Amino acid sequence: MKTHWDLFIAFFRIGMLGYGGGPGSIPLIHKEVVEKYKWMSDEDFGDLLALANTLPGPIATKLAGYIGHNVSGFFGMLNAVFATIFPTIVLMIILLTSLSSIDDLPWVQGMTAAVIPVVGVMLAVLTWQFFNKAIKGMGWLQTGIMSAVIFALLYFLNIHPGIVIGILLVIALVRKDKGNKEDKTKQQARSEEGQSS
Amino acid sequence: MKYWHIFLAFFIPGILGYGGGPASIPLVENEVVERYEWMNVQEFSEMLALANSLPGPIATKMAGYIGYDEGGILGAIIGVFAAVAPSLIIMILLLGFLFKYKDSSRVKRLTQYVRPVIAILLGVMAWQFFAESSEGIGIWQTALITISSYLLIERMKVHPAFVIGAALVYGGLFLG
Repeated sequence: MKTHWDLFIAFFRIGMLGYGGGPGSIPLIHKEVVEKYKWMSDEDFGDLLALANTLPGPIATKLAGYIGHNVSGFFGMLNAVFATIFPTIVLMIILLTSLSSIDDLPWVQGMTAAVIPVVGVMLAVLTWQFFNKAIKGMGWLQTGIMSAVIFALLYFLNIHPGIVIGILLVIALVRKDKGNKEDKTKQQARSEEGQSS
Repeated sequence: MKYWHIFLAFFIPGILGYGGGPASIPLVENEVVERYEWMNVQEFSEMLALANSLPGPIATKMAGYIGYDEGGILGAIIGVFAAVAPSLIIMILLLGFLFKYKDSSRVKRLTQYVRPVIAILLGVMAWQFFAESSEGIGIWQTALITISSYLLIERMKVHPAFVIGAALVYGGLFLG
């Protein structure tokens, strides 16, 4: 019982304090899970984070679910995910439904009009961050060509983004290249190092 | 049928949103605004602004609210479940397997290849927001709010929740 209560409180705090969406709550999860409750070692947490990042979907709930599952099984998973997401969803529903009932007042319309450019800026910054990471990973040229092709597919041919992403995922998994070979030799070298030490 | 649509609208972004919650924002917009037409761009942007200024994961806040708006409590539960469950199940089932291959270039390429798609989707959304705002409150007001919020959030590192709060006050006083 105590474990479930700890799980709930830990992830409740994470959910309520994690400003900036899921990624904003990663340091908070680290603080609760590694430092306060010691459910995982620092190293395990790093590995888990790397892995969670390569899978699709919201990051905060993947971490909460996995850690909850590790700490106390299926109900631990439900508990941690629930504690992470429930309070903020309730807040959001209450605020938005009460806002829309006063939607016709001119000053309320002025308020919502002023927020649109702010969200535009935040989206533009996110756009830049994604491009920046892509350029760091693949270089200017490949990112540029890929982006141009993707843009044409999405907005001139109107293909659903899911199909474009699906095709790219298949290419990423199927493609063979030097990188793969290098990687294998690196892995081998690492395991040999491990054996010798 | 409605519940099935709610499920699909969040299942697809959940399973394709590489790069955490923010990566699924444009995918959710694609389903919610363009495919099912549950909201227009204006309503979506208002919801996104509020979602951004509240704490907690962004993808589940959107799923919960839109699900509730379209199908009540059950709709909210289905939306959140669709957003969260598939990737969580994959994670728990495949963890051992993935740990083994996490250094493989193929697995690393998964996130890598999806980034430009997400960047373009986000960029087009940002453009739509600016265009919509210019139509509504004019280009000068839009530019003023855009530049000052950029400076506040990115240069002066003011938390977005405060900037959104300030924009609300400004809009209520001068744009009503």
